[in-house]
Amino acid sequence: MQVSRRFLLRAAVAAGVLAATGPFVALAQAKPRIIKMTARKFTYEPAQVTLKLNQPVVFQLTTADVVMGFSVPDFAVRGTIIPGQVTEVPMTPTKVGEFTFLCDVFCGSGHENMEGTLRVVA
Amino acid sequence: MERRGFSRREFMKLAGLGGVVIVSGSMPGSATAAAGTDFYFVQLSDCHWGFEGAAVNPDARGTLKKAVAAVNGMSRQPDFVMFTGDLTHTTDDPKERRQRLTEFREIVSALNVKQVRFMPGEHDASLDNGKAFKEFFGETHYTFDHKGVHFIVVDNVSDPTAAIGDEQLEWLRADLDKQPKDARIVVFTHRPLFDLYPQWDWATRDGARAIALLQTHDNVTVFYGHIHQEHHFMTGNIAHHSAKSLIFALPVAASQPKRLPIPWDANAPYKGLGYREIEAEAAPVKYAITELPVA
Repeated sequence: MQVSRRFLLRAAVAAGVLAATGPFVALAQAKPRIIKMTARKFTYEPAQVTLKLNQPVVFQLTTADVVMGFSVPDFAVRGTIIPGQVTEVPMTPTKVGEFTFLCDVFCGSGHENMEGTLRVVA
Repeated sequence: MERRGFSRREFMKLAGLGGVVIVSGSMPGSATAAAGTDFYFVQLSDCHWGFEGAAVNPDARGTLKKAVAAVNGMSRQPDFVMFTGDLTHTTDDPKERRQRLTEFREIVSALNVKQVRFMPGEHDASLDNGKAFKEFFGETHYTFDHKGVHFIVVDNVSDPTAAIGDEQLEWLRADLDKQPKDARIVVFTHRPLFDLYPQWDWATRDGARAIALLQTHDNVTVFYGHIHQEHHFMTGNIAHHSAKSLIFALPVAASQPKRLPIPWDANAPYKGLGYREIEAEAAPVKYAITELPVA
């Protein structure tokens, strides 16, 4: 009986924890949206991306020529894009609005105009 | 005292042209033990030799020469002139980069001041890690001392990721360790060391680490360029002052969606462009900045 009570107690606690964390576990397990993006002197393709509020995404970044950067200062995320590799930058947009992403690795004479826009909608 | 009188007269003369004096001082109550005398130097920045764009500067090949003539015309010559980067406008062609550096060096060789110092901006150095710059002007980070002030030149552009890097930060730490806590220290750098507006690339990736090191000293002032306008900001007890450009002005951070040069105003030529004189005073420690027009 003692063993059985302990077992029941543990089961109850485990059930409670599961109930409390269930939605978060489910959220964490939700597959993030994949956004493929190519950087080349001195543009991104696509340069405009619409995201949904609180929906996690992963930017899969490649470069067609030299080393580039991908930085979204408003969400404090960035990555360096190396030729021949895929750089993954996860991000969850937590506020609505239009936000600039830009190349933060000086890449040539058009570097200062190399940017795009993330539009986050509710 | 003569120097102070001259500065006031010079300021009065320039006041009608938009000259402004900002005084950057030491910590309140700080009585520096550093010896030294008053002197002044000139900061020129962001010349972008080689830039072409009549809509923002139809006198792109004349503005730097005008600034050189203006400095030569100062009634009393500064102790030295400091160029805080972007001497040339970037080019993907290494040969053309050297051609621009050659022309730049030739133009500024007309300065009467004998002590002229240089540091790179990202336009000069980021595409070749400072290789061409070094061929013309030597090291991209260094120190020198002048009349009781310790000057530190920090390179945050030779790495194209806009980082100072571990090695240089260690060099900075070692140099600061040798300075008394109340030493008069001036830092020259190209990019802002703090996050002024990263959305426009107005930041240094590891600038916070440099500021943390500098903050261990009482009397540190930073002069920089990059943003093509005056800007004055405090991080703790450190004052940061950006300089105007000698090619085109840029808008105030976040004042418009894109960081585009401000168009040339035919009714006010050279508006927004300029250079500055900085009077370094020893007791108490302060820096009086006077902004000067190109023409």
